Amino acid sequence: MQKDSNENPELKKTNLWNDANFRAMLFQVVAILAVFGFIGYIVNNALTNMEQRGIVTGFGFLTDQAGFGIVQTLIEYTETDSYGRTFIVGLLNTVLVSFLGIILATLLGFLIGVGRLSSNWLISKLSSLYIEIFRNIPLLLQIFFWYFAVLRALPPPKQSFDLGAGAFLNIRGFFLPKPIFEDGFSWVIGAIILAIAAVIYLVKSNKRRQLDTGIYKPVLLPSLAILFIIPALVFFVVGQPLSWDYPALRGFNFQGGLSIIPELMALLVALTIYTAAFIAEVVRSGIEAVSDGQSEAADALGLSNGQRLRLIVIPQALRVIIPPLTNQYLNLTKNSSLATAIGYPDLVSVFSGTTLNQTGQAIEIIFMTMGVYLTLSLLTSSLMNWYNRRVALVER
Amino acid sequence: MTRNKSLVSAAIVSLAIGSTAAQADTLENVTKKGYVQCGVSTGLPGFSNPDEKGNWTGIDVDVCRGVAAAVLGDASKVKYIPLNAKERFTALQSGEIDLLSRNTTWTLSRDASLGMNFSGVTYYDGQGFLINKGLGVKSATELDGASICIQAGTTTELNVSDYFRLKGMKFEPIVFDTSDQTVKGFEAGRCDVLTSDQSQLYALRIKLAEPEKAMVLPEVISKEPLGPSVRQGDDKWFSIVKWTLFAMINAEELGVSSANVDKMKTSDNPSIKRLLGTEGGLGANLGVSDDWAYKIVKQVGNYGEVFDRNVGENSPLKISRGLNALWSDGGLMYAPPAR
Ligand SMILES: N[C@@H](CCC(=O)N[C@@H](CS)C(=O)NCC(=O)O)C(=O)O
Repeated sequence: MQKDSNENPELKKTNLWNDANFRAMLFQVVAILAVFGFIGYIVNNALTNMEQRGIVTGFGFLTDQAGFGIVQTLIEYTETDSYGRTFIVGLLNTVLVSFLGIILATLLGFLIGVGRLSSNWLISKLSSLYIEIFRNIPLLLQIFFWYFAVLRALPPPKQSFDLGAGAFLNIRGFFLPKPIFEDGFSWVIGAIILAIAAVIYLVKSNKRRQLDTGIYKPVLLPSLAILFIIPALVFFVVGQPLSWDYPALRGFNFQGGLSIIPELMALLVALTIYTAAFIAEVVRSGIEAVSDGQSEAADALGLSNGQRLRLIVIPQALRVIIPPLTNQYLNLTKNSSLATAIGYPDLVSVFSGTTLNQTGQAIEIIFMTMGVYLTLSLLTSSLMNWYNRRVALVER
Repeated sequence: MTRNKSLVSAAIVSLAIGSTAAQADTLENVTKKGYVQCGVSTGLPGFSNPDEKGNWTGIDVDVCRGVAAAVLGDASKVKYIPLNAKERFTALQSGEIDLLSRNTTWTLSRDASLGMNFSGVTYYDGQGFLINKGLGVKSATELDGASICIQAGTTTELNVSDYFRLKGMKFEPIVFDTSDQTVKGFEAGRCDVLTSDQSQLYALRIKLAEPEKAMVLPEVISKEPLGPSVRQGDDKWFSIVKWTLFAMINAEELGVSSANVDKMKTSDNPSIKRLLGTEGGLGANLGVSDDWAYKIVKQVGNYGEVFDRNVGENSPLKISRGLNALWSDGGLMYAPPAR
């Protein structure tokens, strides 16, 4: 470099400076160095400070024994497991409530959004009322409301509601018989997969025939029949490899079976109802964004009401709906951290709550927790982006 | 809970950009500010509890007042910062409080990894169980399968797991952030049992809508020495907090109370003279005035008075001295000599 520029120093220098690309590059490098330098300084400073104050640092705690119990665990967990495992337990509980919440809020939100556009005065007014009420009450209040409403409405274990078929409902939760899969159940699973593949084939070939010949045959009934009959046949042939573990009242409460704790119910109800109000607005605006001309054209082509919605309106509305819908999904996931207010053992309650407190390692734990929410958000949005690209207008 | 998050982030920020130079001098800070910032509970009768007018009372509060009397000469110069169990250590680490006096158990891991120092024991406690009388349970060994309301971030959470594991029993932990929520969960019937330090069970029991329907089981399943704590690295402040409590205990042992302290100033007993600063000049080396202990006893009282007023016979809790009697009366309260 030095030698090169020696040949014609003046010229080279001015040239380089005047090169916009070079300047841009240089600024970026400087900016990146500054950012990393700053982060490095902060990290180093924090470590020194903590060491001076006698606060333990590092991730070694993740393998230490946790020693506390957790009420709902999707994976095997006991007090003797590690703090690292409490992270997984909390994470899965967060994913569970977010996933269920997203599904339920989407269903309810679409219903209400469509309801708001209904020509039926009562339905449309009730939908508006729903949206205005639940969008405007702080979520935390709604969570408390549902939690204590749920608790107040349910009887103690000894007077449980018997819902039949081995299901019970009381203040400790919702108790269901738990399926126990025995040897040979994999055959049934195989049969289900086969049936699904068959249905996909049926639908596809039907569509092709329709495109080729214009003849449309209903596929709903045959599909349902395939989905049901094939697995059922296999199930009986391999000797019914399924039994049930029924919950039974023993001592303080029901033991065995599957149980859904009231904290999960309350949180799920609150998140669903709150987010559905926002999703309804998203859906309404999406549908309204499709111009009337499209519907009129569909009518002119002689499409039925259902066909018009399914083939013309919804595909176009989805393009408008997906991006803000993604936003609502992200909100729901983040809002699920309010769980700690009612004792639902999500990531924030278990890991950045109890684990943080027992170990005192705030910085490590907060960073791990932030990392989780960031990852969940990025995953959700990339999934939705992928879907968005699929439904986006294909330009020909 | 949002408060907890902001506390944690405040702590992280202060650790990250705070200076790495020598620790700030808490005594100097407090003198400059003119008040002591004291971390207490969000409301626990007998220990630290605000009345309708926002005046705090309790045994933990009296420790704060004692420190203020020793350092500033005025027991009322305290600013109380209510903290739930999850917030307390972060508040201490980040410097939001000068001392933590909030029914906090002295344990090895807290001493060794949280950057704090416990300066003594104000109350020897142990964990117990509060149950609904209607359950007909007479002993903790009958609690297999029970749902238990617990407060997050406490030793309670760990002890109860240990106990049930040891007894080969199962339980369902329902974990809340604040004691109010824990009590509400218990009242609503979400759990069969509420567990906490036994003294606190008596305190929470009088907060229930129908206290007579609940009872405390006889078992005590852990050791819970509760005491004030300070940040590591400021030995001068540590000593002041430590000796505030010792002064109260020594005063009781020497028969010095808020009622007779003025008379006692002229006592012939050299131990009393040294404690009250009429002889020996011991306060100066501690960094406070020579009559620091006089001010503590005059304005706050000796340990026995503090105990009786807040949790003992002159209080609604009516807890007997038990382990918390002076060593000379068969209890564990023992302070090194002031000399
Ligand atoms: N001594 C135990 C437990 C202390 C504790 O937090 N007890 C609860 C009793 S339920 C309490 O005082 N809560 C009052 C509050 O959160 O303000 C510890 O140090 O971990």
